[in-house]
Amino acid sequence: MTTLAASGHVWQRNWLVYKRLWYRSLAFGFLQPVLFLTAMGIGIGALLSTDDLTAFGGVPYIDWLGPGLLSAMAMQTATFESTYPIMNKIMWGRNYEAMLSTPLGVRSIVIGELAWMAFRIGSLAAIFLMVLTAFGITRSPLAILAVPVAMLIGTSFAACLVAFTATQKNDVGFSAIFRFVVNPLFLFSGTFFPLTQLPDALQAIAWATPLFHGVQLVRGLVLSDLNLAAAPLHLAYLLVMLGVGVVLADRNLRRRMAG
Amino acid sequence: MTTLSQPASNGALATAWARVWRSRRLVERNIMVYRHQWIIILSGVFEPIFYLVGIGLGLGAIISEVPLANGQVVPYAAFVAPALVATAAMNGAVFETIFNVFFKLNYAKTYDGVLATPMGITEIALGELLWALMRATLYAVAMFVIMFFMGLILSPLGVLMIPAALLVAAAFAAAGLAGTSFLRTVNDFDVPMGLIVMPMFLFSGTFFPIEVLPSWLVSVIQLTPLYHGISLIRGLSTGIVGFEQLLSLFYLVAFFAICLWIAMRQIERRLIK
Amino acid sequence: MSSQPSLVHARGLTKRYANGFTAVDGVDFDVRPGKAFGFLGPNGAGKTSTMRMIACSSPVTEGTLSVIGMDPRTQAREIKAKLGVVPQIDNLDTELSVRENLEMYARYFDIPREVASKRTDELLEFVQLDERAKDRVEPLSGGMKRRLTIARALINDPDLVILDEPTTGLDPQARHLLWERLYQLKRRGATLIITTHYMDEAEQLCDHLVVMDKAKIVAEGSPRQLIDDHATREVLELRFTDATRAALNGKLDGLADRIEELPDRHLLYTDNGEHTLEQVNQRQIPIESALVRRASMEDVFLRLTGRSLVE
Ligand SMILES: Nc1ncnc2c1ncn2[C@@H]1O[C@H](COP(=O)(O)OP(=O)(O)O)[C@@H](O)[C@H]1O
Ligand SMILES: [Mg+2]
Repeated sequence: MTTLAASGHVWQRNWLVYKRLWYRSLAFGFLQPVLFLTAMGIGIGALLSTDDLTAFGGVPYIDWLGPGLLSAMAMQTATFESTYPIMNKIMWGRNYEAMLSTPLGVRSIVIGELAWMAFRIGSLAAIFLMVLTAFGITRSPLAILAVPVAMLIGTSFAACLVAFTATQKNDVGFSAIFRFVVNPLFLFSGTFFPLTQLPDALQAIAWATPLFHGVQLVRGLVLSDLNLAAAPLHLAYLLVMLGVGVVLADRNLRRRMAG
Repeated sequence: MTTLSQPASNGALATAWARVWRSRRLVERNIMVYRHQWIIILSGVFEPIFYLVGIGLGLGAIISEVPLANGQVVPYAAFVAPALVATAAMNGAVFETIFNVFFKLNYAKTYDGVLATPMGITEIALGELLWALMRATLYAVAMFVIMFFMGLILSPLGVLMIPAALLVAAAFAAAGLAGTSFLRTVNDFDVPMGLIVMPMFLFSGTFFPIEVLPSWLVSVIQLTPLYHGISLIRGLSTGIVGFEQLLSLFYLVAFFAICLWIAMRQIERRLIK
Repeated sequence: MSSQPSLVHARGLTKRYANGFTAVDGVDFDVRPGKAFGFLGPNGAGKTSTMRMIACSSPVTEGTLSVIGMDPRTQAREIKAKLGVVPQIDNLDTELSVRENLEMYARYFDIPREVASKRTDELLEFVQLDERAKDRVEPLSGGMKRRLTIARALINDPDLVILDEPTTGLDPQARHLLWERLYQLKRRGATLIITTHYMDEAEQLCDHLVVMDKAKIVAEGSPRQLIDDHATREVLELRFTDATRAALNGKLDGLADRIEELPDRHLLYTDNGEHTLEQVNQRQIPIESALVRRASMEDVFLRLTGRSLVE
């Protein structure tokens, strides 16, 4: 059995579980952007004067915020999916132990899980994009490319977090990840306000973090003002992160399942 | 065990008090559990702080000022910060009572063991409530201190934010206890978190004055507990208190009492067969 | 005997669940102090329901029940202060360590910290878990968890210990260790109420047994008394090939007081097994194997409930 075919089985297993609740997941995937855009976009938008909007490149606040939230959603979904559920399959439910006693290998598990998350995040991103379009935020058909970018953001985070989860003995560390990594990234990656508002040192740090690059790409695609010079850099950052994440996830999960 | 064997002549009040007092054992248990996991509790302190810095200061640098209901204008950070005290109290209380109590009720069966001892349903419900209250208080107090040092408390009435936050926390802890007993599987968490807590967090006037929303929506929001929590705490922090804050106070007390009643009944229904 | 006050006194005790199902239907029994009282019965007979009512964790639907002279309806907390309970399914606090489980449990009983700590040491040694004191509960084996649950039930030095299937699912070593511990408890004067699936356990540990079936008590007495009343002295166990078995129709009739046909063998209840075996041979019925043994509680059980106990 090839690794690819084998990871297909891992994917399929998740699909069987998801099938029972897919409508629910999609309903919440629809509701979340609607609520966020209505509240933050309209509510905070009302507090901003036309002058204030120059900080956001002159577009309405809701337009500026929408793509940022889409990218953040990809990160958050990936984070959740690669912590508790993966821990469950390693430890509490012992699913991987059962899988590994079949011809499946660790690599197939890692790839299968990541492919699964890519699918989940892709479907949520598509819904998100539809909401953005309904709000009149998307500027061109090329915005559709935001979906694969969201999948890339998601899998990059997921790969690194699976690598982390594979080293954990209990779920205590997850709350630290949520509070000290995901939350700050959510707030300080140019999602809610431009990084130019931050002190220079913080700006530099923000530049070095992954979500920032994802936000830049998605916003450029949705608002049709992608900086073509910077885009390859953003893309390269996420691809490298994905690559490193996959290698680490494979290594750590292998160690974990062996010992 | 002296409290147990007190003669009946001591009356219902003494019995009730004995139960309330014994509920501290459950707090003791939770402290014992978290001794190894203090990071979970402590990390929660940072959530509202990140929001304050991220939204309050980040967006505040652009928005700068917000008009209050009475027309007075305050800096954006001073507008958001008291609301974050309320949401911190809510989150602390709700996380503890929804997620942790759900786990103990449905998976760990912790209470089945507890109920074989002189502890009863009252002790369990009050114990969890008390514990959630302590956790929420930690978050609210931390925010209060930060606000103080950032100069975001605009009135001496601001000291009353702490008891007010306690009330908000108690209301949400009771609501969480009542709500969690209706959940059946982990997938059900979407409902309280996605349909209630998150929308309230976004729409209760945390980040902007709700008057900009359509009037029907404003009326709906004014029926929800977080709106009143924020109205009360923001009133105290900005020093603008009036009839509305009094109303919020009564709302929260009543909400607390009703939820606690439902919680006790529901927990009893779930545990006693 | 009957002048002794009973520690648990039940008359017409009934449990009906919210769905209308009657799990315990008007049972009467008395548990004497210092004795080991056993409930036997197939799965679903109503043993656990009865135990839970005694332990004040399930409300009595009808009838009278008094536990240590008190009424579970009004004095549940006072009763529970004097009980030790080992439930059918372990409900240890999985978020605490072995030691913390005992110490915390002591606190629920308002036992002062120093006393709790000392008793925890003693009990951990008693159930041979002192070396695992610092470990989490989850990774312990089934037998260790069971022992810890038993230690936990003893933390308040109870007058009455209720054990619901304390040894089900344990390996033989663990079972024997538990029996020994329970025996010691009894010697110290504790009163035990035990349900079990194991006849040998019932015979060894219990002074008095009650057999339940379909929510009712169908027999009661000491183990010896039950065997005398409901079984013959010996049992002849016969196995046949499938062919013989199919052609058996009535050939065994009249050979024993009673014949029980099980899926794999026939049981012939008789006072003299060897003699009955001879008679079988005289009738020229080809036997695959034969075994003569003394009648046991297992036979009483089969007789009374018409079912094998371990399902
Ligand atoms: N909470 C409950 N609600 C409804 N029926 C129950 C409940 N608990 C037990 N029963 C039923 O009551 C009967 C007796 O159960 P139980 O007392 O556990 O028997 P035993 O311990 O002898 O196996 C069973 O048929 C069981 O399905
Ligand atoms: Mg049972």
